[in-house]
Amino acid sequence: MSATPSPPVESPSSPPPFARITDAPLDGEALLARIAHPSHGAQLLFLGVVRDMNEGKEVEGIRYEAFREMAEPVLLSLLRSAQDQWPGVRAGAEHRFGHLHVGEASVMVAVSSPHRAEAYEASRWIMDELKQSLPVWKEELYRDGESQWLKGNSPVSNRGEE
Amino acid sequence: MEVDILFFALYRELAGTARMRMTLSSGCVVSDVVTRLKAGGGGLTSLPSQPVVAVNREYVPLSTPLSSGDEVAFIPPVSGG
Repeated sequence: MSATPSPPVESPSSPPPFARITDAPLDGEALLARIAHPSHGAQLLFLGVVRDMNEGKEVEGIRYEAFREMAEPVLLSLLRSAQDQWPGVRAGAEHRFGHLHVGEASVMVAVSSPHRAEAYEASRWIMDELKQSLPVWKEELYRDGESQWLKGNSPVSNRGEE
Repeated sequence: MEVDILFFALYRELAGTARMRMTLSSGCVVSDVVTRLKAGGGGLTSLPSQPVVAVNREYVPLSTPLSSGDEVAFIPPVSGG
C-alpha cells in the first residue's frame, strides 16, 4: 500500500487566473474582487480606453474583432505565465469586442500582490504580451466616415521572416 | 482529407468569407494551404507568403502537418489593447 493520496491542493496565493473575451462593458470592480486576497496589500487595475484622436485623425470609435475561442486560452496562458514569473501575484484580464465609442474601455488587466512593485511589473508585462499575441483586431472608425484596420504585431510562430 | 479554414479581420475581407472548407491530399502541411489560397485568384492573392497561422487554436510553424478535421486560422497582425 502506498501512502494515503492527498487531495489536490491549490496554493492560496496562485489560483487559476481569470480571462474573458466579452462584448459586455468592462467592470473593473468586479474583476478586482475576483483577484483580491487578504494578504495582498496592492491591487492594480489598468484600463485601455478608446481615445478620440489617432495619427491626426478624429476617431469616432473602434470596432474590435476577436477570435474568441482562441483569444481566451491565449489570455489565460499569459496570465498563468505572469503568475509563474511573479510568485504570489494574482492576475485577471478581460478584452472587449464589438463597436466601442471614445471613452469606453477595451481592455482591462487587474493584478494583486503582497506589495506594489511586482503588481506594476506584472501588469505592464501582461499588457505588452497581450498586444503581441492576442488574436484581436481593431478597425478604427473616423468622424469623416472612413475606417481602417490598424497595423498590428505578428505573433511569433516560428514561421520565418516575411 | 478536409480542413476548415478561418479568416479574420483584413484576411476575412480579402477572402470575402469568414470560413471555407478545403480538400487536401494526405501529407499536406500548412504552407500547402497558403500556396493553394494564393493561387486561387481573388483577394487572397495578396495574402502574405508567410502569414501567421493557428491550427486548432495554437500558433504553429508553416511546416506543421495537417490532419483531417483540423481548423486552420489565418491570423493577420494582431492589434488588441
